[in-house]
Amino acid sequence: MDLPDPLHVFLARRGWHLHPHQSAMLEQARAPAILLVAPTGGGKTLAGFLPTLAELLADPRPGLHTLYVSPLRALTADIRRNLLTPVEELALPIRIEDRTGDTPQTVRRRQWTDPPQILLTTPESLALLLSRPDAARLFSGLQRVIVDEIHALAEGKRGDQLALLLSRIQTFAPAFRRVGLSATVEDPADLGRLLARYPDPCLILRGGMPGGADLSMLAHRPPPWAGGTALHAIPEVLDQIRRHRCTLIFHNTRAQAELFFHHLWMANEDALPIAIHHASLSREVREGVEGAMRQGRLRAVVCTGTLDMGLDWGAVDLVIQMGAPKQIKRLVQRMGRANHRAGARPRAILIPANRFEVLECVCAIEAAQAGELDGSPRGPGRSMCSASISCCGPVKAPLRLMPCMRRCAAPDPMPALSRADFDACLDFCATGGYALRAYDRWRRLMLRDGRWQLRDPRAARRIRLNLGTIEDRPSLAVRVKGSQTSLGQIEETFASTLSPGDTFLIGGQVVRFESLREMTVEVTRCRNREPRIASFGGGSFATSAGLARRILSLIGDTAAWDRLPPHTADWLRLQGHLSRLPRGDRLLVESFPAQGRWHAAFWGFAGRNAHQTLGLLLTRRMEAAGLDPLGFVAADHALLIWSLQPIEAPAALLDPEELREGFSAWLEGNALMKRTFRGIATIAGLIDRNLPGQRRTGRQTTVSSDILYDTLRRYDPGHLLLRVAREEALRGLVDFGRIEDMLARVQGRVDHVRLDRVPPLAAPLLLERGRVPVEGRGRERLAEAAAARLLEEAGLADLT
Amino acid sequence: MTRTSFSFVLNGTHGLALASGALLVPSADLLCVADLHLGKAERAARRWGLLWPPYETRATLDRLAEVIAVAKPRVVVALGDSFDDLAAGEAMAQEDRDRLALLMQGRRWIWVAGNHDPGPAGHGGETVPEFRAEGLTFRHEAQPDADPGEVSGHYHPRFGLPGMGERRPCFLLDQRRLILPAFGAYTGGLDARDPALRSLMENQALAILTGRSALPCPLPPRRAAARRG
Repeated sequence: MDLPDPLHVFLARRGWHLHPHQSAMLEQARAPAILLVAPTGGGKTLAGFLPTLAELLADPRPGLHTLYVSPLRALTADIRRNLLTPVEELALPIRIEDRTGDTPQTVRRRQWTDPPQILLTTPESLALLLSRPDAARLFSGLQRVIVDEIHALAEGKRGDQLALLLSRIQTFAPAFRRVGLSATVEDPADLGRLLARYPDPCLILRGGMPGGADLSMLAHRPPPWAGGTALHAIPEVLDQIRRHRCTLIFHNTRAQAELFFHHLWMANEDALPIAIHHASLSREVREGVEGAMRQGRLRAVVCTGTLDMGLDWGAVDLVIQMGAPKQIKRLVQRMGRANHRAGARPRAILIPANRFEVLECVCAIEAAQAGELDGSPRGPGRSMCSASISCCGPVKAPLRLMPCMRRCAAPDPMPALSRADFDACLDFCATGGYALRAYDRWRRLMLRDGRWQLRDPRAARRIRLNLGTIEDRPSLAVRVKGSQTSLGQIEETFASTLSPGDTFLIGGQVVRFESLREMTVEVTRCRNREPRIASFGGGSFATSAGLARRILSLIGDTAAWDRLPPHTADWLRLQGHLSRLPRGDRLLVESFPAQGRWHAAFWGFAGRNAHQTLGLLLTRRMEAAGLDPLGFVAADHALLIWSLQPIEAPAALLDPEELREGFSAWLEGNALMKRTFRGIATIAGLIDRNLPGQRRTGRQTTVSSDILYDTLRRYDPGHLLLRVAREEALRGLVDFGRIEDMLARVQGRVDHVRLDRVPPLAAPLLLERGRVPVEGRGRERLAEAAAARLLEEAGLADLT
Repeated sequence: MTRTSFSFVLNGTHGLALASGALLVPSADLLCVADLHLGKAERAARRWGLLWPPYETRATLDRLAEVIAVAKPRVVVALGDSFDDLAAGEAMAQEDRDRLALLMQGRRWIWVAGNHDPGPAGHGGETVPEFRAEGLTFRHEAQPDADPGEVSGHYHPRFGLPGMGERRPCFLLDQRRLILPAFGAYTGGLDARDPALRSLMENQALAILTGRSALPCPLPPRRAAARRG
């Protein structure tokens, strides 16, 4: 297919010409499935739409032609604006609209009767569209689906949801073509399998580099020993903002972004226009920031992963990554946010938040420059777990189930879904799948005329409301008292710790908690300078295995230390002198007294999650061995445990067989399992967050997922949801796989170093946040002591 | 020291708040439990199509059986909302029905009416709007101007201490009244500091947390809560 003349004219007017990969997309327009892999800033989105624009110009006809699916709502609005430029300028007869959770009801209704040729949407909104009984009418003429940022969708359950949605569309439009757009990833073939119809091959095209950013680390002053927010660098950051037109300042968590923004604002004496953007802020707030950004009215935006993707903001000429990026591919993605069209080479700066992150930042920069990427998003471990989840998700819709499920049951990308698991999924959707057949009378699905259908068609509304929820933590809206302005959302667990009068940060504002009404947190604005930090979810990431490997080899290679700032090289030198340096093929364990306790540092380099799990397992074994463990803290590179008795034989504690045995026993009752189960139960619709017509009293229609979990464990231990939770926890929060990798790497070679004081490398661990007290009788005793003290203070001691 | 009960005197009568969430009145050989909500999962399936694990009736009866086996009371008072609704009471599985009958056997069993179960649910025993014994009045929902010695349920109070994790179901006790925690397995809760609940209690009041042990602690003063709430 050739570029149609009007588009030639449009490009020529701007002095633009097509990149090779954009032309290739036109040439391959007939391919049933095509994946374009190109770095950010490479004109991917235009490449994806070119065939559609060309087809619609050659044969303008009404009806839905192309569906564009993006992981972010904000992206759809942005893409629409970008596409409208040529369409309006050339007066092309093409309608382009978006449809997301933000689209007004009237527009949605009109889109149904009179669809645009190009519809931009998200997987969640698409699931709703496909759940309509008359979906065939809208989709039967569909020619193409473009999945943008498919690498981001592929990570986790939304990828499974996407695969199901594509299968579902296939039943309406057998000949539609699939286009995937992805940032550079390690294993494009894997993404191709997700995109293409089984067993069709997927054509993979690679776009060129738009020229890498100028990457550097800013750490000439030594960063603090511990912490994650890099507040020490505020003067340098302000200086950089002044020297650039527009700076994006990335943080790894929303809480860190809020805290940093608060302090940046207080230090912003020139009153530079700066803003904050993250997923927990309300739509109005986010859109305000995005609008100001587009118009070039902002000099800097403090942000999180929400700005990792898509939005092409011409003016950004500097990207700052605060703290270690944890993953090489995240760093590469964020670097790409800086503009490449402005002429000058864009700059990206990494600012380590603590001393250890200096090592990580150096390694991340070297890896990015070497073009190395880490972490395959859809590893080989994909199993029935995610498949069932996604079945439980979209299949809750009043679909004619079997065609859809048959498709997802057999093919890649869900090869491990056996017939038995498939039947278990179906039974779960129909009756809950419990060993006690209590719900046959109230079953949701019935087989009628050879098709699975809803027993009670009225249930469709409730199911639709829950459809597309892929959210594991309930959150509450934050509203200023007496107004309708929503500031954003905070986690329910954080909200429950607030008492009236407490202050916290949201959207860069300090607010005072007044009351909790229904599902809304009412606040007033105030001027407290030391607010608490709200927790927003989207927790911290563990350092990737690839990055950890690089760090270990950098530490082991003294000749390479000249690549480190002197303060960090000196620190390593001192460690080598006073203790030992960690090595890739051995496990260093240091024992030392500090603060009146025995401490042991395990240098596992297995990531925060795996160290957390290892901490829980080792302290259990220590408890059994009478070592009186008191607590532990997990960092990305090491685990620190403190106890009343010193550890004498760490190698024995780390015996792989016994660790595995203890692990199975421990996993079931674990808080991480409960958290994982909560996410699964929400998606599966057990925890119903949107009950139509029911006033939420907190007592009637919600049951704590922990109670459901405990009940299932006791009365139905083989239930599908428990199996799914277990598999997911193993891969995710528990991350036992990386403990196994570490044990395999070490092969029992444990170096135990006994010291009489804190060794240099371990010192920051003593300051690490997130210390975990060891469970057991201890916690009950602490609570009793606290209660007794309160009774004493209240003069009620004699009451007991 | 972990205690399995908290001993108190209300309107001259000695009571024990058990860690399980049940109340024992030794002088009347009486055991009282509130808000069993039996059949809650069945009702959720019937009314909302929610398919919760259907084991909550069994779990609640298991816990009740444990308490009864230890206390061996002559009288059991179920303080209302014993069934999630009357239909749920009638729809109970035969196995659970037999189990309940066995528990009721050989003792006086009083179903106090609640808002979920205003009348008899077809399981025998006596169904009454209120019950009096030993200077105590047992009713489902507390009345603000009740005479001293009122024992009620309805609110499912919960309370937590800093560093303890999740809020636990708790008794609320002052000089005039006692409010019991919900005994049923699938029951949420209302924070004891919520004005609707806190305003029922006197300024000086105790929460007795249940769970592994019966743990008394003072409720924050009412005035502060009222002013801010």
